[in-house]
Amino acid sequence: MFALEGLAKTYGAREVLRVEELSFPAGLIHGLMGPSGAGKSTLLRLLNLLETPTAGRILYRGLDVGRYGSRLELRRRMAMVFQKPVLFDGTVFDNVAYGLKVRGLRNPVVREKVTDTLRAVGLEYLEKAQARTLSGGEAQRVALARALVIEPDVLLLDEPTSNLDPHNVALLEDLIRGTNGGRGSTVILVTHNVFQAERLTDRVVFMCDGRVVEEGPTAEVFTSPREERTRAFIRGDMVY
Amino acid sequence: MQAFNLVIGRDPALMQIIRLSLQVSGLAVCLAALAGIPLGTWLGLRPARQVRWPALFIYTFMGLPPVLVGLLVYLLLSSQGLLGVLNLLFSPTAMVIAQTVLALPIVTGLTMVAVRGKDREIRDTAVSLGAGGWQVALTVVRETRVAIVGAVVAGAGRALAEVGAVMMVGGNIEGKTRVMTTAIVLETRRGNFEMAIGLGLVLLALAFVINALLYRLQGVNAD
Repeated sequence: MFALEGLAKTYGAREVLRVEELSFPAGLIHGLMGPSGAGKSTLLRLLNLLETPTAGRILYRGLDVGRYGSRLELRRRMAMVFQKPVLFDGTVFDNVAYGLKVRGLRNPVVREKVTDTLRAVGLEYLEKAQARTLSGGEAQRVALARALVIEPDVLLLDEPTSNLDPHNVALLEDLIRGTNGGRGSTVILVTHNVFQAERLTDRVVFMCDGRVVEEGPTAEVFTSPREERTRAFIRGDMVY
Repeated sequence: MQAFNLVIGRDPALMQIIRLSLQVSGLAVCLAALAGIPLGTWLGLRPARQVRWPALFIYTFMGLPPVLVGLLVYLLLSSQGLLGVLNLLFSPTAMVIAQTVLALPIVTGLTMVAVRGKDREIRDTAVSLGAGGWQVALTVVRETRVAIVGAVVAGAGRALAEVGAVMMVGGNIEGKTRVMTTAIVLETRRGNFEMAIGLGLVLLALAFVINALLYRLQGVNAD
């Protein structure tokens, strides 16, 4: 789905990310794990075209993203959920409908899709509730519903469960699995929770200090990590 | 009490002054909002380093002395000025121009600050959900409307309370360009303090009503 070549991102004189080569095959759940400041979120923002790389290139389905005629058209194939969900003023319905309305879908279609998605995430009873009155878990599920309703080819998730209780974590993980299994969407999940990475992802990329330390199939990386830093992180020894 | 008696009695001359005050300031605030909200939003959505100079000018213009604005508009509209042929000096239109010039930097500057303060997370969310340029801007404006209405309130306060510029370009002509503030100045000069204070209280009441209406615009979720 994505391939990165010599990708770098700097802020001022500080280089926060350098990835020589990395690919994210389509149809899998990928985990980006590592301690805080590893560059995981920066990488996700680059993939979502929210940031421009300082050097290197990102290929989407083999084509340089810079060569796509319309960044908007390309971005509309993806959806991203942030660690701290920002819900817009209005009802839960309004929020979930947002991505469909900006795509110019007609109201009956919007209504049908939003209703179906809210049912899928178990929030149909909150359809008319004001979004800003929701609990953290409900808000994050609305944020996920808002991304899922678009039916993206790529779902980018930036630590979506880090502030949630175990019940809501389990709910969201089921939804992520369902999205990947049902639609075949490629999911790229940023997490610093090794247990979540192990139980949810097909492949993991372990990052540290803006570099990729190790990557591969999740089972392989977790059972026989090649790098000492990966081993330490998986054991929980690494301070972060 | 004299002024209130005139209000209660719907004194035609006073009613005309109140009506003109509302027309001039209302139109000036509308023009400032129409230009200032889009401009402030655009500036607020740009990276701060790209709009350093425009921002600096706007901040400076937010503190423009009204008499200086009055002087510049006077020179512009006088018979020797660039727009002298329009013959607008000492007309309500000239007063609207002066008040718009005063209110515009306030609406623009405060909108810019409001948008910049909330921009990143709202913008990123809208963009990541597939919104295009105009859709992102409209979403940011909608989400910052409480602060933007605050910017318009501040602009309205500036326009309604202003006296120096409208005195210079309007001339305080009875029945033509006399507004509340210039009437207060006139009554004070005449030594008619009771009338001046009464007019001031009426002006205050008007400002309260206008701000209450704008406050309502901020919506029920303003808290």
